[in-house]
Amino acid sequence: MSLTGKDKLLFHGADWDFGAIQRVYDAIEDIAVGELGLDVYPNQIEVITAEQMLDAYASIGMPLFYKHWSFGKHFATHEASYRQGLMGLAYEIVINSNPCISYIMEENTATMQTLVIAHAAFGHNHFFKNNYLFKEWTDADGILDYLEFAKSYIVRCEERYGQNAVEKVLDAAHALMSHGVHRYPRKKRPDLRSEEKRERERQIHREQTFNDLWRTVPSKGGAPKAVISDERRRALLELPQENILYFLEKSAPRLQPWQREILRIVRQIAQYFYPQRQTKVMNEGCATYCHYRIMTRLHETGRISDGSFLEFLQSHTNVTRQPEYDDPHYGGINPYALGFGMMQDIERICTQPTAEDKDWFPDIAGCDDAMGVLRSIWANYRDESFISQYLSPHLMRQWRLFHLVDDPDRPELVIEAIHDERGYRRLRRSLSRHYDVGWSDPDIQVVDVDLAGDRRLILHHQVLNRTLLHKDDAQRVLQMIANLWGYDVVLKEVESSTGAIFHEHVAHPHETLF
Amino acid sequence: MYIIDRRLNPGGKSLANRQRFLRRAKAQIQRAVRQTAGDRDITDLERGGEVSIPADGVREPSFRRSGEGGVNNHILPGNKRFIEGDTIDRPPGGGGGSSAGNNGEGEDDFRFALSREEFLDLFLEDLELPDLAKRRLATVEVQGMRRAGYSVTGSPINLALLRSMRNALSRRIAMRRPKPAELAKIEEDIALLEKEGESEKLTVLREELERLQNRTKQFPYIDPVDLRYRRFEPVSRPVAQAVMFCLMDVSGSMTEHMKDLAKRFYMLLYIFLTRRYKHVEIVFIRHTHEAKEVDEDTFFHSPETGGTVVSSALREMERIVTERYPPENWNIYAAQASDGDNSPNDGATSAALLRDVILPACQYYAYLEVGSDHDRMQAGFINHKTALWQTYEALLDDGANIAMRKVNHRREIYPVFRELFRRRDAEARAP
Repeated sequence: MSLTGKDKLLFHGADWDFGAIQRVYDAIEDIAVGELGLDVYPNQIEVITAEQMLDAYASIGMPLFYKHWSFGKHFATHEASYRQGLMGLAYEIVINSNPCISYIMEENTATMQTLVIAHAAFGHNHFFKNNYLFKEWTDADGILDYLEFAKSYIVRCEERYGQNAVEKVLDAAHALMSHGVHRYPRKKRPDLRSEEKRERERQIHREQTFNDLWRTVPSKGGAPKAVISDERRRALLELPQENILYFLEKSAPRLQPWQREILRIVRQIAQYFYPQRQTKVMNEGCATYCHYRIMTRLHETGRISDGSFLEFLQSHTNVTRQPEYDDPHYGGINPYALGFGMMQDIERICTQPTAEDKDWFPDIAGCDDAMGVLRSIWANYRDESFISQYLSPHLMRQWRLFHLVDDPDRPELVIEAIHDERGYRRLRRSLSRHYDVGWSDPDIQVVDVDLAGDRRLILHHQVLNRTLLHKDDAQRVLQMIANLWGYDVVLKEVESSTGAIFHEHVAHPHETLF
Repeated sequence: MYIIDRRLNPGGKSLANRQRFLRRAKAQIQRAVRQTAGDRDITDLERGGEVSIPADGVREPSFRRSGEGGVNNHILPGNKRFIEGDTIDRPPGGGGGSSAGNNGEGEDDFRFALSREEFLDLFLEDLELPDLAKRRLATVEVQGMRRAGYSVTGSPINLALLRSMRNALSRRIAMRRPKPAELAKIEEDIALLEKEGESEKLTVLREELERLQNRTKQFPYIDPVDLRYRRFEPVSRPVAQAVMFCLMDVSGSMTEHMKDLAKRFYMLLYIFLTRRYKHVEIVFIRHTHEAKEVDEDTFFHSPETGGTVVSSALREMERIVTERYPPENWNIYAAQASDGDNSPNDGATSAALLRDVILPACQYYAYLEVGSDHDRMQAGFINHKTALWQTYEALLDDGANIAMRKVNHRREIYPVFRELFRRRDAEARAP
């Protein structure tokens, strides 16, 4: 473009129109793809109102979702706190799909729209497309089709079996959502589109081959079944199994096919969101770093005015603020702040390394290709591994991090490590552990069941660190498992090292589910 | 890149979810609504608003750690003075893990806002106008108009444009009326050929054009035969209007407190009736030893002195009913509030008037006896019955359709109201 002087500005003032958005998008794309080398899905930007944003909040950000009361509950909470002014709405929501959909609010100023496009449509988008977890576990091409299928399938179920029956299954499935993911790659990747097709075919096949006569044929008296060893039995059921939803879907003896399909839908959706929980710091760090670079560049080249840039800096610093532990606003470590801080620190290590950096990060210190390093980090790490490798002593000093241990057996709290030579590695290890979902989610597995015997389902919770499950909740969830399973269920809380049992929850099924 | 403007998409996507949520938590929300209603001024009831329910019933449980027991590790920013190995006294108020756990117990109450409609629906649920069904059969129905298909005649204002144009189109197609495009094409061809000079083809084309033009004239674009009019037919509808008579004793013995109680009851009745009927009128009649129809403000606020003759109010009501609200067209409700005084020689007259004139015309007659705050104590010791109460009780024993309640305190208003209008078949399942 050969625009000169003031006309180089992409927009004037706070108002925006669709032409301005297009200009902004093109300018950002030049920088993001040309200078930063980002690799993104095609973008689709949708302008929505505050009310639609609240709608989107309620259904965990997805544009089309099945109906369930819990979404209504979340909507009611959000709406109440929004109307009272207790809560601002997010500036944007972005969906990991192909094309990548970003929702932007109509209330945003032109500067905010620029920021949002840089943040979501390029930062998050690049991360979704390139990070190994998303590549492994999510199907960006198929997710919208699958959600569409899920929604209509559940509507059909409600018509056929009644809202109450469907709701009961969904309640139980939602309670088990965090225990409905495969943590390790299995033989086949879930392909959501063919999934939907297969279900339709299964249904059609069932209907075509239905013959009522078979019901009337007298069955043969059961021949004595071959006795199989306990081990073989467990192997056949793929036990032990940490994906409880998967186990119930495949093995629960009394579930109807449609109930299994609903469990499957919830499981697929849980799996789709699984990478997001593991990459919160990196994902936000990547998007924040990208928008910061892009906005700075737009300002340097005179495409946005000084006023806009100040407006941007104001909201940027709000987002990346990290209150200290004794600050009344302290609410844990802010993933935006940590992510952005680390990305910037990595850039510094690449371009202006100190002797310490060269010691700690010989591979990247002084390599001068900060973007290349960051792109490869964004592609190959998740929060836990990212922090345990790239949190630098410099940043720990800057944040003045320390490690506090609260041991109920000791009379006082102890400072275990601080930001000094002795503490860096320990500090980093402990922090990265906070971001390990395998560590933070309780480890609950289906360990055994005798399908030929009393069909009592046995689950174990491997107790870490003597922290038991929340009793009330555990009992409720167990009741739901029992309802799905159809027989007694027992959950034992077992000390991993000694095998001692701390507590045993038992639940008997309510017959009403069937 | 695509930009899509979704702002005009229909909103309320979560409405279905919200309804499901309300249905699920209905019992709790209803309890909350009734509690709120007790605290609120009755004039506020129409506004809807925020309620809070215990989070327990709408809990979404999951397997999670309790946050109790075990060693907690915290990584915190902002170290100012600690070095490794330092110890800190535990903050007062008990053990560790206060910041890590307990996120479940925190949500004891779940607050959210109900719209006015939702609020009133829940507030008035299970209430019903008594004897409505019986009366409806008896009442004459009013005439109304309803759409009923199309007719070939009618007034221009009822012209069904779409239908008429569709008819015209199908007639034009059936009659092979030439399209303007066809004519234009031929004219164009003729113009082209004319430049080249006369030829046989030109003559043929000219004839063709003439033929088509004739046909166009023969079959007009739109013909009277095409016209259709929206047709209406009369239907009878059940009476959907109600009048509410508020009768109140305003003699000197009625205190402000008593009037306040009465007003609250009337407000509830009004809200309730407006939700059941499209059209509700209110008539205020106040009486001392003589009765007068007044406006609302005078009714509740203007002071008056005198004796108490209840039959005067009943006569006034009778007069107004015969003049303006024929019972066959109106659902008539009456609520009388009084402290129970009546002049000793009026009892028989009032009873006769009620039994013979008022009650047969009314859908429902409620008598609310208002007492002062400290009355309750006395009532506990001596079962004191007022003059009017005794009169009405005698009527009740004869099988008259009167609902009678005594109210001393404003928190009793709503329960009494619910009791009076509780749906009869709901009694069995009422908690």
